[in-house]
Amino acid sequence: MTVKQISVFVENTAGKLAELTEYLHQHDIDMRALSIAETQDFGIVRIIVDDAYKTSQVLKEAGYVASITPVLAVEMPDEPGSLFKILKLLGDGGINLEYMYAFLTHKESTAYMVLRVADNEKAAEILSKKGIHTVCQDAVARL
Amino acid sequence: MEHYYQPEIECASRDQIRAWQGERLAKTVKRVYENVEFYRKRMDEMGVKPEDIQSVDDLHKLPFLTKDDLRDAYPYGLLAAPLSECVRIQSTSGTTGRRVVAFYTQHDLDLWEECCARAIAAAGGTNEDVVHVCYGYGLFTGGPGLNGGSHKIGSLTLPMSSGNTERQIQFMCDLGSTILCCTPSYAAYLAESIWERGLQDQIKLKAGIFGAEAWTEEMRRDIEEKLGIKAYDIYGLTEISGPGVSFECSEQTGMHINEDHFIAEVINPKTGEVLPDGEKGELVFTSITKEAFPLIRYRTRDICILSHEKCSCGRTHVKMTKPLGRSDDMLIVKGVNVFPSQIETVLLNQGYPANYQIIVDRHHNSDTIEVQVEMTPEMFSDNAGVVSAREKKLVDALKAMLGIFVKVKLVNPKTITRSEGKAVRVIDRRNLYQG
Repeated sequence: MTVKQISVFVENTAGKLAELTEYLHQHDIDMRALSIAETQDFGIVRIIVDDAYKTSQVLKEAGYVASITPVLAVEMPDEPGSLFKILKLLGDGGINLEYMYAFLTHKESTAYMVLRVADNEKAAEILSKKGIHTVCQDAVARL
Repeated sequence: MEHYYQPEIECASRDQIRAWQGERLAKTVKRVYENVEFYRKRMDEMGVKPEDIQSVDDLHKLPFLTKDDLRDAYPYGLLAAPLSECVRIQSTSGTTGRRVVAFYTQHDLDLWEECCARAIAAAGGTNEDVVHVCYGYGLFTGGPGLNGGSHKIGSLTLPMSSGNTERQIQFMCDLGSTILCCTPSYAAYLAESIWERGLQDQIKLKAGIFGAEAWTEEMRRDIEEKLGIKAYDIYGLTEISGPGVSFECSEQTGMHINEDHFIAEVINPKTGEVLPDGEKGELVFTSITKEAFPLIRYRTRDICILSHEKCSCGRTHVKMTKPLGRSDDMLIVKGVNVFPSQIETVLLNQGYPANYQIIVDRHHNSDTIEVQVEMTPEMFSDNAGVVSAREKKLVDALKAMLGIFVKVKLVNPKTITRSEGKAVRVIDRRNLYQG
């Protein structure tokens, strides 16, 4: 129950991110979520898209360095306390987060949290025991 | 009033200098032929015997020596004296990471320090002066050379070494330093720092001896004005002895080569042909008084012009221009020799592609060096911390190889220009070489 996050290396220079998004636009790629980890001279752009395979192919063709990482996309009610509940469960279960970011879709009163952890299976199991769903790549494409 | 350390030598007649050179050259060639297998083999191959070398005019019969030869002979291959007579080693970086080591007997140290003493005297130094040395000490020849020269003159010597600007300025003010010895870029930095603190009226400097890197006339005037001093250039290389191979006098129109110790030639770097005075070419040195590590016709790779024109300072020794460039790809960054091949070696060892670019610049009179490397799938991770850690590992490896901080910039693949034919690996934006 994971989604395929695409991570792309981008130099920290004016216009580079615009170049990347223009390229994705030209290939009609629809993004669900985006987050950037930045350092002084480069950034890592992480995106969740409708078609991960196609995206990684077109990025490769354009000469970008990119990788695919399976991450958890956790579905939760869009209300105060939801995130706390999830993080508390994971923390108590000894799961360490590398990074995370949130996104919303057309689906009303529902939010999604992308979690990058070392052990996806263990994290998903802890959450599912408490009735919290993680969505799969196909489901993300349809959102 | 011009000051000299050894006026009878520094102002000797040209005939006298030639006589010294001939006699000392013959003696040195005999010495290396007898003591060093490397020279004996080379000379035998060319059919030259020590007896064939009697005067400076015979010098051209001898083969050239290159930095590669020194590297191949590491560490003892060119030693011309028993180790038991050697008392010091100094060292400089080689072309592929292997260092070049130079040996000194006590006699060699004395003559090197005398050369530095001449430079300090030419800058007005006497036993009344306080000589502030902030060249690095240790294997680098800058600190030990000027330190020794200052002792010979009898000046009060402050062995500050490099760095810790706060302490440099405090000692300069408290102890009344009068002669500053360091790289020109550090002198400019010190000048700025002194003005920032409003301490310009508390320093007593009158002269500076600045070398180990290229600097412009504009930079000289700037330092002179800010510190209220006269700034003198000094030249040298570890292989030949260290700083003091040549030095500037009050005329500031070139550096007098200490010809009683070193014979200078300028050659066409492509053909090896010896060029006349006034023509630009590669500087070649023969050390004629050293015991432990005399080098015969050593190619410095520095491009310059020699001049025997009469100098108003009274010295009769030949003058060389500042180096006008290099006949190889060596860079001098913060006074440190850097070869692109050293950087390439580190990149390959760390698993990076050989496609890179080195950008050298100067900001606020301080050199910067950046290596641009293309990102590869192997180095990449979705975790920025992991990529940064790899980048830091590369910075550390470069520092270990070169001894200076090199900024690493990871760039998108295929963004470094691939030129047709010879790749443009180095972009030097400093424009340091004039003329």
